[in-house]
Amino acid sequence: MAKSVTQEFTKGLWAEIPPFRLVLGLCPVLAVTKTVENAIGMGVAVIFVLVGSNVLVSMLRKIIPSKVRIACFIIVVATFVTVVELLMQAYTYPLFLKLGIFIPLIVVNCILLGRAEAFAYKNGIIPSFADGLGLGIGFTMSLTALAAIREVLGSGTFYGTQVFGPSFQPFNFMVEAPGAFVCLGLMLCVMNTIGKK
Amino acid sequence: MGDYVLLAISCILINNILLMQYLGNCPFLGTSKKMETAVGMAMAVIFVLVLAGAITWLTEMFILRKFGLEYLRTMSFILVIAALVQFVEMFLKKSIPALYAGLGIFLPLITTNCAVLGVCLINIKEEYTFIECLVSSFGYSAGFGLALILFAGVRERILLARVPKPLQDTSIGLVTAGLLSLAFFAFKGMA
Repeated sequence: MAKSVTQEFTKGLWAEIPPFRLVLGLCPVLAVTKTVENAIGMGVAVIFVLVGSNVLVSMLRKIIPSKVRIACFIIVVATFVTVVELLMQAYTYPLFLKLGIFIPLIVVNCILLGRAEAFAYKNGIIPSFADGLGLGIGFTMSLTALAAIREVLGSGTFYGTQVFGPSFQPFNFMVEAPGAFVCLGLMLCVMNTIGKK
Repeated sequence: MGDYVLLAISCILINNILLMQYLGNCPFLGTSKKMETAVGMAMAVIFVLVLAGAITWLTEMFILRKFGLEYLRTMSFILVIAALVQFVEMFLKKSIPALYAGLGIFLPLITTNCAVLGVCLINIKEEYTFIECLVSSFGYSAGFGLALILFAGVRERILLARVPKPLQDTSIGLVTAGLLSLAFFAFKGMA
């Protein structure tokens, strides 16, 4: 039992790391990775919602009729998103403003519904918790990695502090929309090269 | 009138929802491999988004604001959109089977298309009037369709090219989207 829980947890960190292995939920990945700070904030919000919705769906899996399960999942996810939204508005207001509509949009992030459908609805509470935590942390790591590249190249800073000397010319392309697509595409390419043997 | 035209242009080109606001990327990459599916998806999104924009605006103004329930916005919008999509699907199946055959499989996917919920939230955030809300919903969805169809055209050509193995499929798709986005970036000069 203990072994399988560890497996559920660690698969999210490498073998099925979103969004590189599971190409789902790309919108927030592209939108919030302008700075490392935004990426971590978004990642933490997603971890909370993913763990919460996985655990709740798994608790209710015997009660939810399979015909209306998708609607039930959406309500569960939306509840947790609303909780996160209100918490962020109360305690981290500047971050809340920066992430803007991408916090309510966590509702339609395919990762959440995907995990509820594919994992939590079929498994017990503890594996579902591990699965949610693992994938959530994996998602945060990917976001942070992408944000690190874009922030260092695009504005010459890392988590708000200057990395290069004053003579550094920021590579503006990276923090704008086109840079996001190209950067994610190239990272996917790197992951494919490492992964496929 | 001129204001509405400007708003529409800014929604279609300058603030293009796919390439500039990063919304709706899952169907963008998922349905752009063939021209036919791209056209079907684009039409379905335009159809649903205009309806959803109008209905969520009415929900916000006459239910949520009236009773001070703004904190339930996310939850009520997603339910309204899900119900609307289901309703549209049943209605089309019954009364316009030809259109249903064209849009059919794309309709259920729209519920989890973040462009739809995103535009509804933008409409509320920007405090649009009802007419402006309709114009912006149409503009954003037309922009979505434009980008999707352009991208599908490029992607059909990529199929014929020899792409290095690690770059294949999604990876080269994203790089292409980046270049397309760079082209749309030029419209920012118009603003």
